[in-house]
Amino acid sequence: MVPSYVPLSYYLLLSGFLFACGVVGFLIKRNIITIFVSIELMLNGVNLSFVAFAAHWHALAGQVFVFFVMVVAAAEAAVGLAIIIAVYRTRETLNVDQVNLLKL
Amino acid sequence: MNFHLVLFLAFGAVCVGGAINLLAQRHPINSALSLIAVMAALAGEYLLLGAEFVAAVQVIVYAGAIMVLFVFVIMLLNAGEEEHTNGSRVAILLGVPGMLTGSVLMAWVMLRHSGTESVPIGALPGHPKDIAQLLFHDFLLPFEVTSVLILIAIMGAVVLASQPESAAGKVD
Repeated sequence: MVPSYVPLSYYLLLSGFLFACGVVGFLIKRNIITIFVSIELMLNGVNLSFVAFAAHWHALAGQVFVFFVMVVAAAEAAVGLAIIIAVYRTRETLNVDQVNLLKL
Repeated sequence: MNFHLVLFLAFGAVCVGGAINLLAQRHPINSALSLIAVMAALAGEYLLLGAEFVAAVQVIVYAGAIMVLFVFVIMLLNAGEEEHTNGSRVAILLGVPGMLTGSVLMAWVMLRHSGTESVPIGALPGHPKDIAQLLFHDFLLPFEVTSVLILIAIMGAVVLASQPESAAGKVD
């Protein structure tokens, strides 16, 4: 196969940008589902740097780590969305500012 | 400018546009759909990096299964547009400049210290056979632990999302 020449730092920049967008979304969004979507965006950014480093260092273990990250993300999404449904059932809202029972 | 760089830039542009659109949209369904676009473009990036297995799993599991779960919950709860409150204004004022500073710092460090070595495509044996060799040999214990994790997550989701006893009785 013909080798490609995309520098590693380009992939890391894209990965860092996606992670930063995820953090910004996590901070500025007020809908609990959108906050969850932002977390998934962060996980995707990290996955990209895993794969880029795996290709760079010729270490296939990086791709296996991506697999594990996906498994954890699936478990997190299942449990988190169940929690969101339970919260919505009791509080009738998806706005995180109104879920403040622990606040005085 | 070689062909792979063009492809990288094209997929990267979709990623960046989707991520910004995710932040700009007010309705959760629009955010979730732009995340699907980001994931599909990321699968293209994985293909460029020679990780065919990860690209396939990204499309099937991430953009498929997990995002279907998200969209399903958005539809189930009939989530509308989010309203802004005092807390969100404070978060925008503090969060956006903070993250801009952080990402500029991160970009500077990466460009300064990582050099510009290339990532050769095809040099990496990203064959599913080699992945399976790693997964079921070197990482066998973590693999089994994740299966237990998934089982616990399924049971937890069922317990959390199921109707309480009294409400379930009323439905029937």
